[in-house]
Amino acid sequence: MADTTAIESISLDPSRRARLAEFWYYFSENRGAVIGLWIFVALVVIALLAPLIAPHLPYAQYRDATLLPPFWQDGGRAAFPLGTDAVGRDMLSRLLFGARYSLFIGVFVTTIALVGGIIIGVIAGYFGGWIDTVIMRVMDVILAFPSLLLALVLVAVLGPGLTNAMIAIALVLQPHFVRLTRAAVMSEKGREYVTAARVAGAGPLRLMFRTILPNCMAPLIVQATLSFSNAILDAAALGFLGMGAQPPTPEWGTMLAEAREFILRAWWVVTFPGLAILITVLAINLMGDGLRDALDPKLKRS
Amino acid sequence: MTEKVLEARNIVRDYHVGGGIFGKSRTLRAVKGVGFSVEKGKTLAIVGESGCGKSTLARIITLIDAPTEGELFIEGKKVDIARERLTPEMRQKVQIIFQNPYGSLNPRQKIGDVLGEPLLINTNKSAAERRDLAMNMLLKVGLEAKHFNRYPHMFSGGQRQRIAIARALMLNPSLLVLDEPVSALDLSVQAQVLNLLADLQDEFKLTYVFISHDLSVVKYISDDVMVMYYGEAVEYGSRDAVFSNPQHDYTKTLFAATPRADVASIKARLAKKAA
Amino acid sequence: MALLEIENLVVEFATASGPFRAVDGVSLSVEQREVLAIVGESGSGKSVSMLAVMGLLPWTAKVTADRMVFAGTDLLKLSDAERRKMVGKDMAMIFQEPMASLNPCFTVGFQIEEVLRVHMGMDRTQRRARAIELLKQVGIPDPEQRLSSFPHQMSGGQCQRVMIAIAIACNPKLLIADEPTTALDVTIQKQILDLLMRLQAEHGMGLIMITHNMGVVAETADRVIVQYKGRKMEEADVLSLFERPKSNYTKALLSALPENATGDRLPTIADYVTEEAPAEGAVQ
Repeated sequence: MADTTAIESISLDPSRRARLAEFWYYFSENRGAVIGLWIFVALVVIALLAPLIAPHLPYAQYRDATLLPPFWQDGGRAAFPLGTDAVGRDMLSRLLFGARYSLFIGVFVTTIALVGGIIIGVIAGYFGGWIDTVIMRVMDVILAFPSLLLALVLVAVLGPGLTNAMIAIALVLQPHFVRLTRAAVMSEKGREYVTAARVAGAGPLRLMFRTILPNCMAPLIVQATLSFSNAILDAAALGFLGMGAQPPTPEWGTMLAEAREFILRAWWVVTFPGLAILITVLAINLMGDGLRDALDPKLKRS
Repeated sequence: MTEKVLEARNIVRDYHVGGGIFGKSRTLRAVKGVGFSVEKGKTLAIVGESGCGKSTLARIITLIDAPTEGELFIEGKKVDIARERLTPEMRQKVQIIFQNPYGSLNPRQKIGDVLGEPLLINTNKSAAERRDLAMNMLLKVGLEAKHFNRYPHMFSGGQRQRIAIARALMLNPSLLVLDEPVSALDLSVQAQVLNLLADLQDEFKLTYVFISHDLSVVKYISDDVMVMYYGEAVEYGSRDAVFSNPQHDYTKTLFAATPRADVASIKARLAKKAA
Repeated sequence: MALLEIENLVVEFATASGPFRAVDGVSLSVEQREVLAIVGESGSGKSVSMLAVMGLLPWTAKVTADRMVFAGTDLLKLSDAERRKMVGKDMAMIFQEPMASLNPCFTVGFQIEEVLRVHMGMDRTQRRARAIELLKQVGIPDPEQRLSSFPHQMSGGQCQRVMIAIAIACNPKLLIADEPTTALDVTIQKQILDLLMRLQAEHGMGLIMITHNMGVVAETADRVIVQYKGRKMEEADVLSLFERPKSNYTKALLSALPENATGDRLPTIADYVTEEAPAEGAVQ
């Protein structure tokens, strides 16, 4: 007997839009976050359109133009706006293609760490007791290692390469997600709506992932953005140490490593990849701050 | 003879506290051998102050926690969740409504999903059937169709309590445990929710266990009253007997402490002050 | 002369969705030695108006009034520093959540003595003696021992007693109690109310009792102001308010009390006041 027309007319959801508007209100109050967001969007566009906007192929070597300075310096050529490296590859093109690698690393590492961390964290927080103790002690052990050192060891075991480096970094970043998820789950678990769902007959899996988890997402999203920049940074560091992406991949850290010996003769081969890493990481961190302001109700001003 | 929906015999509940790596664990007895029964369509009020064990008892009656000792019968069938798994049929018979309307609804769940969830878990009704049933219940508790797709934070305390009541009724329970359902609400809203509960009791022949610390509400709604003090039932009887002739000292103290809002007692107070 | 006089108080909050008027043109006065109760449901602006008097509102609030005079001092003209000197000394406030109002990191003694140090400038021995005396006054057994307790080692009722001790430490002329017993059990509520009434009589303080509980009003007040949605609905002495309520809203509140129930169902506010025209029953 329910009035179906009434149901249809209400299926439009006004609250999601209102929530989005509120989110944007708090996010946009943080100027740095908005700047960070725009830089990040620009990076994504660059990464997607790299083959179209790059003047050269990233691997193309111009033997007649090795270690050319940027165009505004004496001896620079307009064809290579940011100069070339020791084997005559265009710096700008390599940097543009490098954005693809960095963003891919960020997405891949964060996804693995996030998914793994959430599953382990929810289990630890929900069941408690000895399960929790065992999981958390293992996480403590992982956290006790300096993260880069542990990633190095893992790569040494798995063998160098971008994929292995990403797995290693994901493993190193995961305990942060586990701790965060566990803490959030433990505080939500005692709330009455969880008991209410239990009384309605919900089983443990449903309670864990449908009832509790969506209410723990805000801090996780913030941590995920910060991990994103961490992953890029760690991958660059591993690349620089020769354990990550291997030459001639145009990954920013690897580019830095290749350019090490020319640091005194040709400043541009080290400065531009370094700047690229700096700007990307800074932009994402700024964005993460804004997200925290917007998503964390404790920080919200009336 | 009327049917007993709930019967509890000698319910005991212990908690173990402390007992970390170094501490010695202590046993705390929150409920000390309480027994009572409620007939179909009646309301038993459990009165007591914080820490008297009434909420622990509520969780036991609602089959969330198992009692340490004692027997619990629901519609004449013995239930022991410590030994055997609770069947979905039993699960559906008892539902609970909590005190805090702000904590008892999942903030990320639309009202329609809040009401549909119990059906989704316990029955194999189609999505359309679930939606129709949820919509009917929403209207029954005095809300409107347009509220179906909203999130809990868009509702006032009284409206949320109505939603919680609707959710509890989705599975056609025979027993409803009300854990301080109106003490977080404003006076006027409290009156509306109490009226709603009375209407629903008449319509569905519901049995209530009404837990409260507010004697005026208890006097208004209950048929039988049980007064708890430090885990013990110090007074148990019909409403009229308990209110007109309290036996235990604690019950008397409780009655004396309840503020009176009638003209005669104001006059008496003012006269005393002037003297 | 009245102890506190407020005329046409308006408090507005700046929110994401535009300004929100929490208090809308409320006037009130409290005499010395008088107990004034402000009754209202949540959202009636009863706490906000008193926080405005104390100057304790966040910066998002805009407070305006035609007149706001406390014991001969114009509160509107005070600088922040001058007002801080007055708040906690001549005008003190206690809150609903006793556990949350005390700082969990410090002992009870430290928190009482802090007030004495800031406002009275007493030395260490004087402070200690006064703190013990205060705890005795509010009926805490073993005051010497209790000085070194932390808030979590005490019950809610005891914490509220300590809050009262802190509030009366400097012999204030006016005490504002914001739902002082709402979080407490009935038997404890009775004790705290008795304590407040005793202290009020002994010290000759003005007392403003903010509450939603008609029973508490009936047990304590001399005069009552009923507020609804930021507006004053009615002002009357306690007896006539309960005997002959003038505004529809007050009538509704009184008849919604379960102990006044006559029929099978309780009358609700909606039977008296329509949502659209809440001011319809406004008086004065």
